[in-house]
Amino acid sequence: MSRQPRSYKDLPLAPITYEDTREAFKTGSWRTFKPVVDNSRCKKCWICWKFCPDMSIRILEDGTGVEIDYDHCKGCGICATECPARCIEMVPED
Amino acid sequence: MVKTPVPAEENVAPGHMGCPGCGACLALRLALKALGKRTIMTVPACCWAVMPGVFPYCSIQIPVLFTAFETAAASASGVRAALDAKGQKDINVLAWAGDGGTLDIGIQALSGAVERRDNIIYICYDNEAYMNTGIQRSSSTPIGAWTTTTPVGQTRAWKSEPKKSGVEIMAAHRIPYTATACVSYPEDFVKKVQKAASIVGPKYLQVLSPCPAGWKSDPERSIQIGRLAVESTVWPMYEVEDGVYTVRKPAKKVSVKDYFRTQGRFRHLGEKDIEEIQKTVDAEWELLLKKETMTARK
Repeated sequence: MSRQPRSYKDLPLAPITYEDTREAFKTGSWRTFKPVVDNSRCKKCWICWKFCPDMSIRILEDGTGVEIDYDHCKGCGICATECPARCIEMVPED
Repeated sequence: MVKTPVPAEENVAPGHMGCPGCGACLALRLALKALGKRTIMTVPACCWAVMPGVFPYCSIQIPVLFTAFETAAASASGVRAALDAKGQKDINVLAWAGDGGTLDIGIQALSGAVERRDNIIYICYDNEAYMNTGIQRSSSTPIGAWTTTTPVGQTRAWKSEPKKSGVEIMAAHRIPYTATACVSYPEDFVKKVQKAASIVGPKYLQVLSPCPAGWKSDPERSIQIGRLAVESTVWPMYEVEDGVYTVRKPAKKVSVKDYFRTQGRFRHLGEKDIEEIQKTVDAEWELLLKKETMTARK
């Protein structure tokens, strides 16, 4: 948690937010299963990216596959269920 | 740049407080992809009033006005009036509310805004109960469903009243554009939101958002469940544009039972109960197809 206010004096004067939740809330800690991608079998349909409710799948710049943001992925498993190539596997967190 | 099936722009940041597998998170993500940065949204009490995170952080990256439960449509009308007074014409005004805040508590404000022909987009993400406060029944909860206020016990007190149809209510207001959508069909949803944004006047969309916590379903099956809802015609996908109905027929048809068996909230229903519901669903689907034929443009 970055810049978490300690008292009301740390809060902004007006109800304006500092920044988005990306840095402050690492929701990846909620996970029990984590998705692992095998990009060699990826068909580049971006269905996993399209259905991710946590914006945690990033398409690689060169378009060769996807990358998972483990800081925020909650491990719901939608990507693994929807992947037509079955190249995303859910493995238990250690 | 990689070509993506829906716009690549993201206006919702990760790290929000939605449950794993939440349909409503996906719904807002897709809606804001369609509308873009030039949008102001108003959110009444609903799941999305909690999900943006704790002040002073917010995961929605456009201006948001958090308002009281019944005022989603009224506050959106106000924002539009202010923009009109300032002469800013190119900004979308979005009211984003849950099914309770739309069809129970906020319905008079919505009805008023639509009747006044305010130029707003109203999207109701329908998770079929008051999920944020602990799964209480709403008028949008389907018949037969378990909720905490329609608990299932020896008296069989599950919800015995059918679901209220928001889109039909809006069609009766002679609204320029109203449609149902489902998060399992993102391209279709994005297209409908973009179409709504291109029309002047009130627009109403109702998007089915599977809720793993309240529907007692597996988070990884949220998208499949949405798809089954459409294929079983429990959640028909249709648009009403100036009174003209356009129905999207599912590629394959499945039974209501197949849809119900994916969710714990319908687990108590016996064969006979499901058969009854199947009959109602079939009759409603027939009626909808008839409406499409009757209103078709010559």
